[in-house]
Amino acid sequence: MSNKAFQRTYTRLEAITKATVTLHAQGVSNDELATVSGRLAQVVKIKGDLITLQVFSGTEGIPTNAEVLFHGEPPTLAVSDELAGRFFNAYGDPIDGGPKVEGERRQIGGPSVNPFKRKQPSQIIPTGIAGIDLNNTLVSGQKIPFFADPDQPYNAVMAQVALRADVDKIILGGMGLSNDDYLYFRHEFENAGALNKIISFVNTTDQPPVERLLIPDMALTAAEYFAVNKNEKVLVLLTDMTLYADALSIVSNRMDQIPSKDSMPGSLYSDLAKIYEKAVQLPSGGSITIIAVTTLNDGDITHAIPDNTGYITEGQLYLRADTDTGKVIIDPFRSLSRLKQLVQGKQTREDHSQVMNASVRLYADAQNAKTKLENGFDLSDYDGRCLDYAKDYATEILSIDVNIGLTEMLDTCWKIFAKYFSKAETGIKQEFVDKYWPAE
Amino acid sequence: MKATGIVTGIISNLVTVRFEGDVAQNEICYIDLGGTKMMAEVIKVSGKNAFVQVYESTRGLRQGDKVEFEGHMLEVQLGPGLLSSSYDGLQNNLATMDGVFLKRGEYTAPLDHDKVWHFTPLAHPGDTVYAADWLGEVKEGWLPHKIMVPFSFKDEYQVKSVAPEGDYKIDDTMAVLTDQQGEEHIVTMVQKWPVKVAVGGYVEKPRPFRIMETGVRCIDTLNPIAEGGTGFIPGPFGCGKTVLQHAIAKQGDAEVIVMAACGERANEVVEIFAEFPELIDPHTGRHLMERTTIICNTSNMPVAAREASVYTAMTICEYYRAMGMKALLLADSTSRWAQALREMSNRMEELPGQDAFPVDLSAIISNFYARAGIVKLRNGQTGAVTVIGTVSPAGGNLKEPVTESTKKAARCFYSLAQARADKKRYPAVDPIDSYSKYLEYPEVVEYLKERVSKDWVDKVLRAKNLIRRGKEISEQINILGDDGVPISYHEQFWKSELIDFVILQQDAFDPIDSLCPFERQEFMLSLVLKICDIPFQFDDYEQCSAKYKEIINVLRQMNYSVFRSEQFNQYLEQLNTLLNHEQ
Repeated sequence: MSNKAFQRTYTRLEAITKATVTLHAQGVSNDELATVSGRLAQVVKIKGDLITLQVFSGTEGIPTNAEVLFHGEPPTLAVSDELAGRFFNAYGDPIDGGPKVEGERRQIGGPSVNPFKRKQPSQIIPTGIAGIDLNNTLVSGQKIPFFADPDQPYNAVMAQVALRADVDKIILGGMGLSNDDYLYFRHEFENAGALNKIISFVNTTDQPPVERLLIPDMALTAAEYFAVNKNEKVLVLLTDMTLYADALSIVSNRMDQIPSKDSMPGSLYSDLAKIYEKAVQLPSGGSITIIAVTTLNDGDITHAIPDNTGYITEGQLYLRADTDTGKVIIDPFRSLSRLKQLVQGKQTREDHSQVMNASVRLYADAQNAKTKLENGFDLSDYDGRCLDYAKDYATEILSIDVNIGLTEMLDTCWKIFAKYFSKAETGIKQEFVDKYWPAE
Repeated sequence: MKATGIVTGIISNLVTVRFEGDVAQNEICYIDLGGTKMMAEVIKVSGKNAFVQVYESTRGLRQGDKVEFEGHMLEVQLGPGLLSSSYDGLQNNLATMDGVFLKRGEYTAPLDHDKVWHFTPLAHPGDTVYAADWLGEVKEGWLPHKIMVPFSFKDEYQVKSVAPEGDYKIDDTMAVLTDQQGEEHIVTMVQKWPVKVAVGGYVEKPRPFRIMETGVRCIDTLNPIAEGGTGFIPGPFGCGKTVLQHAIAKQGDAEVIVMAACGERANEVVEIFAEFPELIDPHTGRHLMERTTIICNTSNMPVAAREASVYTAMTICEYYRAMGMKALLLADSTSRWAQALREMSNRMEELPGQDAFPVDLSAIISNFYARAGIVKLRNGQTGAVTVIGTVSPAGGNLKEPVTESTKKAARCFYSLAQARADKKRYPAVDPIDSYSKYLEYPEVVEYLKERVSKDWVDKVLRAKNLIRRGKEISEQINILGDDGVPISYHEQFWKSELIDFVILQQDAFDPIDSLCPFERQEFMLSLVLKICDIPFQFDDYEQCSAKYKEIINVLRQMNYSVFRSEQFNQYLEQLNTLLNHEQ
């Protein structure tokens, strides 16, 4: 950071906590950056001339006579086309051994798009995974998280989705990524030969947790550069947002704020919304789509983090191990893409939504039959057919290793319907049954 | 003399200001950040320090920055041109802002001051008038927009003059009134009103007695909401709260609709912006947008303005109610508003109530819903504000402060059930937990007898009973097994499924099924209940379920067909054959 004329140095700290320091200083502005003993910090509270700074990398070893230098501006990122293909840390400094990126310095966490100037998302992002494309279609400009247990292959699925999706840039925001996962992403991106369209901001588990707070804003500032200035389709991957929220709670705790549910700060909803609402379809054609990961504690979605996330994002995707087929599937019951009706039947075949609903309803009937079976009851003929259907449906449609086009997905569903059910049992609109029911 | 002050403390959007002069609670002030004036509201005063919540990001604000107080509370401008506009929570016109991004301190005029309106006088010189009396009207879209004596005028006035019929702009003098002291007051087409104060000017607020039709079967048939009534929709995410609200907005039988998107997703508002101008109001044949005002403070917009947004919306509704119109306020979601209150209360280090919400949350919510109602105006006409709010309970658990407080304040409860949503049974309104207190009002029951049919309420209660019975039986079947219960149990169960699939479930994305007028609801419910009366003879339970599935399938095809069309009648015939075959 270059020295500026108005920079002033202070050397007397009044208070130190695990994440913050407090000192007397003049002319300091809210949100501005400072350096405390060489570590980056940000102004979070001003009370008279008493300034509280949040030190990103923690306050271990900071003495009361630490040198504090105010930068006069909030955190920034240099944006230009040179970002493409590069790996950065939470401060936007390269970690791939390459040179510093030259470009316009932009404040991160910038203003929101005027909702009136947004365009309605209308472009499908096909992934080849039927559990997504058929049942939970993704749309550009959407924000959607995977709700996953820590043992599930969420990062692998996300990388797969990203690499198959037809987008101009992929931006990875890795928070508390294990070093193995970081290397996995790097390896996958390099292998796909797609490195030139990928930008990564990574904070690994061995780095201080509070630093993570910068990652989403860094990633999204880069995304806005490509979407707004270059009219590109940008896909942002954020993993793991639960660790981001944990960092928020650490800071608010150190600042003596009264916690609300699950010891999260009362502003958690607004904090998460600020990030996710950066997803946008711009009138100029550029777009930002966000796919995030929120890890769950033992599948508990009533915890404040997944709960608030669910209210902000446009749906959620669940992974589940299907014990009958041994496959990892996208759970059709709890997963939801809220924007799917914007493209289903419009950009996809007319029978899409009816086929989707019928297939899920029949799968639900199969679950009921399974419960009956487990409780030791006799199964009806219909129950038996439902169970057989469920196996085919899980293997050929829900499994994440499926990679086919949408029309093929629809045809596959019709094929399985005809194999096990009568036309009336599907409950699909007559005109579609007449048109698409496979010939005997 | 307006007060001034300087910034002495900042925590996020809570700013402490040391002031000179006098300030009032809830007074508006502007903080000067290097030439950008940011709006803020006083929420607490202690000695010479005022605590203000800033309606913008406070990034870059410094200790010592100047503050000017305005001498009034947060106000909205009321006048022709409100309809079809899109505002943020502070009534800034979003359409006239520059650029794609929202800029700090950019405030735009809510009403078009250059637009010309054709005015027709209603009052005459010499008339005695009071606040909210009509002086004249202009046509706003197809609605007669009344130019009224401003709500803030106290006591009695004489009309000195009224502008003759002709074309005027909103700032022109439309009338001159003389007060009892002989002082003259100019009335234009615009008036201002502080949003947090309820608009008065009516004679009485009787109990609601009419039903507001929504075209949604599970509301109109099972738990109707009254005109001037209050209702709320709590539900976990993914249960279709917003889809249901949009359906009500599209089809609700009201002359004016105000949608307050309060702390929700921007793309949902964009959906309204994109769809409403294309959609036609089923009641008047006019464009939906012409009767709609959107107040949009999405989740990423400044938190403090979220709180203001629901009050801004309410005030606009009350304004149209004073013109003798039926207004409908849809607030999505009131939980976000409550969370905004919590964030501020937290920063002010107040002692928290349950779940860290402020202790007066319940009072604030019930105060808000109390502004709804049907009113009798001084000229004998009636106007109504109906309010439907959504609640987003944390973790889907209805035992949380916002849901509990709203339950005390609102008369209709539309509980969205996760289990129904999981089964894709939309709208996921739980038929057993939900209720409408209005069905207990004798005047509403009378009204329904007139409006629908003599035995309507009995039919509705019967349907509810069948659903309840069906649920009990399905639990027993789950315990005892299909073979463990008599066939009559299966029949009972399938009767409730019949009502579920044909009456409760409704496809909000199907152009025909999405809107179901009362006549059609009456026809379908009567038909379904008639089927429930048929004494089928089944040999076993599989025969029973197969039969009912066939019946359900035909009835669903009917739901997808235009009422009484050839296609509809064909399905009806098919159904009759299916049923006659049986007897």
